[in-house]
Amino acid sequence: MNTVVIGVIGADVHAVGNKIIEHVLNEQGFNVVNIGVLSSQEDFINAAIETDAQAILVSSLYGHGEIDCKYMREKCIEAGLTKIKLYVGGNIVVGKQDFKEVEQRFKKMGFNRVYPPGTNIERAIKDIKGDLNV
Amino acid sequence: MSVHLLVDFGSTYTKLTAVDLQLEAIIGTSKAMTTVKTNVLEGFDLALDKLKQANPEMAEISAISACSSAAGGLKMAAIGLVEELTVEAAKRACLGAGALVNHVFAHHLSKRETKELQKANIDIILLAGGTDGGNKECIIHNAQKLKEAKLNVPIIVAGNKDAQDEIAEIFEGSDTEFYIVDNVMPKLKKLDVKAAKDVIRQIFITKIIEAKGIKKAEEKTGSIIMPTPEAVLVAAELLSKGFEDEPGLGELMVVDIGGATTDVHTIGEGFPKRSEVVLKGLQEPFAKRTVEGDLGMRYSANALLSLVSQYEFKQYYSYDNDIEIAAQKRHDNVDYLPDTEEEKAFDQALARICCDYSMSRHVGHVEVIYTPLGSMYYQTGKDLTDLKYVIGTGGVLINDPEAKKILGEVNQKSNKKLELRPQAPTVLIDRKYILASMGLLGQKHPQMAIRLMKKHLE
Repeated sequence: MNTVVIGVIGADVHAVGNKIIEHVLNEQGFNVVNIGVLSSQEDFINAAIETDAQAILVSSLYGHGEIDCKYMREKCIEAGLTKIKLYVGGNIVVGKQDFKEVEQRFKKMGFNRVYPPGTNIERAIKDIKGDLNV
Repeated sequence: MSVHLLVDFGSTYTKLTAVDLQLEAIIGTSKAMTTVKTNVLEGFDLALDKLKQANPEMAEISAISACSSAAGGLKMAAIGLVEELTVEAAKRACLGAGALVNHVFAHHLSKRETKELQKANIDIILLAGGTDGGNKECIIHNAQKLKEAKLNVPIIVAGNKDAQDEIAEIFEGSDTEFYIVDNVMPKLKKLDVKAAKDVIRQIFITKIIEAKGIKKAEEKTGSIIMPTPEAVLVAAELLSKGFEDEPGLGELMVVDIGGATTDVHTIGEGFPKRSEVVLKGLQEPFAKRTVEGDLGMRYSANALLSLVSQYEFKQYYSYDNDIEIAAQKRHDNVDYLPDTEEEKAFDQALARICCDYSMSRHVGHVEVIYTPLGSMYYQTGKDLTDLKYVIGTGGVLINDPEAKKILGEVNQKSNKKLELRPQAPTVLIDRKYILASMGLLGQKHPQMAIRLMKKHLE
């Protein structure tokens, strides 16, 4: 089963995009485990362990994503999720910054794919399917 | 006139309650020491003689139902994957079935942990792990380790459905008695403990009763149908929900302070009461039971004392006696009854601490988070602030005229504002000690059991 965990990280309550992602991934045949808004890194990781997920898709729209995502890769490794793919997208940093730099910073933090504001969901799905060999 | 006799083979006492089915009345109660070591029927016969002597006009007994917590009750081990998820789900299934859960393991079982299981005095193991379609590697590993450990204990497998066939293959051909049932957490955070609870009860009735030397009782009482704590939970649920045209009392809580443990049962959804509260964690069971093995009046008196500082204890106890000696005396002599004012006050202090601490651990908690939209709250566990009734039971409460005051400890406390305790519940005391009996009676006569509880809880 192609299981992915999705949710909105940190003290962020933006639920609309989260629902759209769930809907589209479901339509594309994924088993979607949606942990919803206001989720901590531990919530994502625990959900991924129990459901044997192949990827975690982190959304953040309120600008604090960089702080919320710090050390997530390290925590995954600590929890035994050594092969999990990490995706992040939304307004993930404060203010208007050069996205190339932002992308580099998040990749350094261990995220496999980083998406700028306004990314088309279809583009991300193409990446996910490629990465997970679906 | 026909009489239904309800029997509770307790760890210390065998307790009888006789109910007149036509008059819908409790004829009388009696108790005698439980005699597991010799012949469990000796205690039963003695209690029955006492009951008959006290009520000479009592008619022929037409039916008997029994429950038991004798010989240590039902002891279980719970194994799962993630502590907050399938481990917690497995634990809740055990507790809901009336078991004590002293051994809990997460992730892959190690040699050290299987050794602990070999040495442990347990009756059943519940093995969970993974949602349906989720992780199966861990539960298969653990099944293999349990088989290799050659434990002479039945194992209930209630984990990832996808792993069931492989686990069956592991256990088939070995001496391990195993049962495969529905997953306790089929989807993330969704709790489904019914199938696991049913098979626990089945094993309890068919095997555990025999292993504990209580089987002999069934010659006179018919089958012992459930562990006593489950009977209390069943009674609480019945009283809360009502049955057909007999209305229930609504959301309620039962606090049972015993010698070794304090049990808290709540019946109610406990959903958040305000819109800015977000529910976190595993789904809560509608009928929830928690057991505190370090909170008790006698056997656990020392453990209780190690939880609180001297200063804190003095908030409950105003005499100058040596606290540690008083606790030790209770630990060493579980039948001890207080005879002086000081000793009575000491028991009350213990009871209030049991009540306060067990409440902190049972109720839900909120945690404040600051978001760009203002303060929001995470709620973990049940919100019991609107709970209507709190019912006290267990020796110390039912015999203490101050019982209602002791149970006042459940209320919202000024220094524990983030705990979702009942705010202004009506307190009732199970003076006649009938809750477990009514759980048994309720299996056949639910409406009568509800009416008798309404009448006798004061």
